[in-house]
Amino acid sequence: MLKPVLRDPAALPRLALTLLALLLLWPGLRLSELNLAVLVERDNAANMGHFVAGFWPLAHDREFLQLLGRSILETLAIATAGMALALLLALPAALLASRALSLSAMHHGGRPAWWAQAGRWPVRGLLIVLRSVPEIVWALLFVRAVGLGPTAGVLAIAITYGGMLGKVYAEIFESVDPRPSRALLMAGSPRLAAFAYGVLPNAAAEMLSYTVYRWECAIRASVVMGFVGAGGLGQQIDLSLRLFAGGEVASMLLCFLALVLLADQLSRLLRARLL
Amino acid sequence: MSGRLGNYALLLALLAAVLASFVYLGIDLGALLGGDSLSQMGQYAGGFLQPDFSPKHLHAILQGALETLAMSAIGTLLAAVLGLALALPAAGRLGWLALTGARLLLNALRAIPELVWAALVVLAAGLGPNAGTLALALHTSGVLGRLFAEALENAPKEPAEALRLGGSGQLAAFCYGTLPCVWPQLIAYALYRWENNIRMASVLGFVGAGGLGQMLHVSLSLFQEARAATVMLAMLLLVLAVDALSAWTRQRWVSA
Repeated sequence: MLKPVLRDPAALPRLALTLLALLLLWPGLRLSELNLAVLVERDNAANMGHFVAGFWPLAHDREFLQLLGRSILETLAIATAGMALALLLALPAALLASRALSLSAMHHGGRPAWWAQAGRWPVRGLLIVLRSVPEIVWALLFVRAVGLGPTAGVLAIAITYGGMLGKVYAEIFESVDPRPSRALLMAGSPRLAAFAYGVLPNAAAEMLSYTVYRWECAIRASVVMGFVGAGGLGQQIDLSLRLFAGGEVASMLLCFLALVLLADQLSRLLRARLL
Repeated sequence: MSGRLGNYALLLALLAAVLASFVYLGIDLGALLGGDSLSQMGQYAGGFLQPDFSPKHLHAILQGALETLAMSAIGTLLAAVLGLALALPAAGRLGWLALTGARLLLNALRAIPELVWAALVVLAAGLGPNAGTLALALHTSGVLGRLFAEALENAPKEPAEALRLGGSGQLAAFCYGTLPCVWPQLIAYALYRWENNIRMASVLGFVGAGGLGQMLHVSLSLFQEARAATVMLAMLLLVLAVDALSAWTRQRWVSA
């Protein structure tokens, strides 16, 4: 009769892998100063308990609600205005960075000449830098440059999202059917006209859909950017946090969640309508 | 025809919303671009053109970058553990009551952005990378928990059932029947979130949660533009390196 092997045959390699992982993680643990005990220390826990206990009842006096309404509107306005400026930045940049309208490409089977491609790289590099620096870093810089308030938030969104939209638009222009624009260019139409009548009709739906999606992201971003003083709901949350006003924080967090949900629904609706 | 009219109305409404936003915020683009303020901004920006490359500062930046990496790695690991613990009830393995509770908790964890968590945790746990790690862990466990729960729901049931019918216990059936099927997917999700978290960890310092962000915040607050410029360069390099590495690994291992 066969005897069952109760030992896991893969136990040894698994043990070795676990030990190796722990060995690799050790410096990480030291560097991140991970210490879960601070959360249950008596002072901290009491402070936090007190703060969280203040979450209920939610702050709902008249003055606070007016303030809340204003900051929600401000957040929406920051996202919308920022996206409008981002579009102004993204469209020309995308036209310059895209090889969809390349004249030299038509004679080389779709591949632009090397000098034309080299001319596009500065624009592409600029777009990469604009979108690689996180929006909150831009916001912090603009807060120092133009002062506290929504202007910094609008500019930060305009720059980061301009970089993202520019790249995506350029890719959309390249991904649509090239034949209409090529026919127009071959027939001697100027490049802007070839873009407007050859590329745009095929690309518009996708561009709009992506832009609306980014607007939704911009609302979330504008709340977060408020924490460095760029206006909107985030700035109010930060203020109330510093004052340990639990009820106000709870109300504003709930409003933030509702706002994100609403933006999500609205963007879904708009995209379904536009596509 | 009515569809086209509706589209025009929609476009008009969008335009009106944009205009209303500018009016509501009272942004004076003319004042922003005209005269004095542009030259002031130029002066401010000029301070960033001479980054501080002194060895001492570079050493501090290296330390900050390592701290950022450590925060993101440990935060993601904690989140993976917590996420898996929450994913089990959220996948409906422990009854509907646990399912509803776990889903609610996961949604709440995920809905609040990392930076807001960081601001909250800094209040509870004090300044420093510890707070950043915990904040990342909280938000990411919401995200990973949901993804893990979906992976568990979609996992084939037969291997675990076969083990159960063979007389093994529930835990053993899960560990040797279900887990091996979903393991690669769980790791892929966790790595993907780690990539996101490296980017996030570099800015969490703005609310005092350690890493490169804290250095940038401090040097900007002290108007040390030269130092801030170096930190920003380091952040940019970190983000670009992570992007390149993830693109390379994806091409190498995922699409093959």
